[in-house]
Amino acid sequence: MSILIDRSAKVLVQGITGRQGGFHARLMMEYGTDVVGGVTPGKGGEWFEGKPVFDTMRSAVETTNADVSLVTVPARFAGDAVMEAADAGILLVICLTEHIPVADMMRVLAFCRRRGTRLIGPNCPGVMTPGQAKVGIIPAMVATPGNVGVVSKSGTLTYEVGFAMKNAGIGISTIVGIGGDPVIGTTFVEVLEMFESDPETEKVALLGEIGGSAEIVAAEYIKNAMTKPVAAFIAGRSAPPGKRMGHAGAIVDGGEGSAEEKIQALEAAGARVAANPEEIPGLLA
Amino acid sequence: MKLHEYQSKFLFRDYGIPIPLGKVAASADEAYAIAGDLGGVVVVKAQAHVGGRGKAGGVKVARNADEARQYADDIIGMDIKGLRVEKVLVDPGADIRQEIYLAITNDRSAGKPLIMTSMEGGMDIEELNRQRPEAIVREHIDPVAGLQNYQMTFIASAMGLPRAFWRAFGKILRGLFHCYTESDAELAEINPLAITRAGELLAVDGKVIIDDNALYRQPALVKQRDASDEPDSERLAREAGITYIKLEGQIGCMVNGAGLAMTTMDMTKLYGDADGIGPANFLDIGGGATPQQVAAALRIILSDANVKCVLFNIFGGITRCDEVAEGILSAYNDVKPDVPMVIRLQGTNAAAGNKIINEARIPNLFSADTLTEAAQRAVAAVKEQV
Repeated sequence: MSILIDRSAKVLVQGITGRQGGFHARLMMEYGTDVVGGVTPGKGGEWFEGKPVFDTMRSAVETTNADVSLVTVPARFAGDAVMEAADAGILLVICLTEHIPVADMMRVLAFCRRRGTRLIGPNCPGVMTPGQAKVGIIPAMVATPGNVGVVSKSGTLTYEVGFAMKNAGIGISTIVGIGGDPVIGTTFVEVLEMFESDPETEKVALLGEIGGSAEIVAAEYIKNAMTKPVAAFIAGRSAPPGKRMGHAGAIVDGGEGSAEEKIQALEAAGARVAANPEEIPGLLA
Repeated sequence: MKLHEYQSKFLFRDYGIPIPLGKVAASADEAYAIAGDLGGVVVVKAQAHVGGRGKAGGVKVARNADEARQYADDIIGMDIKGLRVEKVLVDPGADIRQEIYLAITNDRSAGKPLIMTSMEGGMDIEELNRQRPEAIVREHIDPVAGLQNYQMTFIASAMGLPRAFWRAFGKILRGLFHCYTESDAELAEINPLAITRAGELLAVDGKVIIDDNALYRQPALVKQRDASDEPDSERLAREAGITYIKLEGQIGCMVNGAGLAMTTMDMTKLYGDADGIGPANFLDIGGGATPQQVAAALRIILSDANVKCVLFNIFGGITRCDEVAEGILSAYNDVKPDVPMVIRLQGTNAAAGNKIINEARIPNLFSADTLTEAAQRAVAAVKEQV
């Protein structure tokens, strides 16, 4: 078992003929992911590594019976692409694109909720169930199959921690990158709920950062509803207030969203919080 | 991107929101002329991207044009929390009976616009929220349907606004909502929205912050950018498509990904803090960085004279380590840095990247396998120079 995706996922890549979309679609296929095709408006009828390219998500879904879509198109078109996938009946859309305006995301999220579509991201590295499938850009080398669920706001920090876990002989059930934007489709708590009810996930690693209150809400959930142990790391202890640290969501504002506040909340909820992400494997052992 | 008070209020005016009929001055003489034209009492207000202007002496009430000139002379050039004031707004004095707070902002956890309003305006909203959260009325707006009339009635009645003002308030609220939406604002705030003794509503102070990711479709607002408080290094980085923020430490950090960039900063502080060593900057070269961007990033890091060591921490996902390695070499040959460098490449194409670096045989360069080792090496390299 795993959460969100496994080897049966049939995946479409929106933007498959683009440089990044194509590069990562190939890596996903090499990993064993069942990429059934792609969509690029104006390139319908072409082929990508033996898979059909379509003009629209509707025709792609009708032909391939895909159930997952990966959005790799540029920010100006990404909101539209997510809505197109939801409208075509895709129930899990994973959006990698960064720099999407928040106003667009608020509309897109409302649209997805009305259609029962779960959105992961945007500005995220995707989802990987080691040994089965990956949808996104998480490098294959950072994880082996196992029983620790990983949920994170950050891409490369997740690779760092996954790699350290692998070197320590600790395997992963599923990695979910939820993204570092202010408005995202799926929150820490929703992923923690999935891990809590997944029989093959025994422990969870949560990687958060400064800004917003999602980690505080997650701490509440951990305290009140989680039976599985949680190890955590919060990035941005050395970040000064009022400065946006790259991610649109990572800013300590008006005294809220600081690393200290989040670390305290997580520790009070019984999570073990690392000062160095490479200590996470030790806290999971 | 932050707008100044005068820019925010002039934007509000375009949406039918009444504002005082003031003008901006860049010199004391200009302030004198504006005050003379307005006649009577005026308010001279520092225009700087910082809160607490009043407490810092940046807002003064002048009884006549001569006083306005004197206050403008005091305020222009003043330093408020490290920012130099370049301009003042000269507004006619308003006879205020009551101060209302009104703002529209993005509620990140709900994923919806949020209206916040209170009859107890004038003070800092965060302070009001701490002291009397029940005095703030909050109403979410459906991002697809937009603001509805019934919501405006609900807000006006819930906040206890006298009925005589409902119509005028509704017009201002609708104007502010259109302004917020059409400007891609993260925040559109009127504080205070004054009820004057003449019985009118007036936006006496305003603040607008635009979503940086939406600037591509806001050309008129981009023209209003005042980058005078942005360090040259941060401006150069922004123009090169790199996110850079200058900090106070000695270890220049070049990292891919915002979360890992913060983590790398944290690690230099974790291992260096006892010796007063820490990060010199936040720098995210982003996903899919080109050799040109890496070179630009290295130049920006080295433009900070405090930097005693450069730490590269690259974990390749979208970013390919071989491209980063080429970027580091091209930048090295260009800049010839005289500080030691610690390089750590992992992930996509890491083997190819490390090969490129090793074959270049750069002196004073250390490679590291893990982040811990890389941070400790960088701290040690700074210590050796003290």
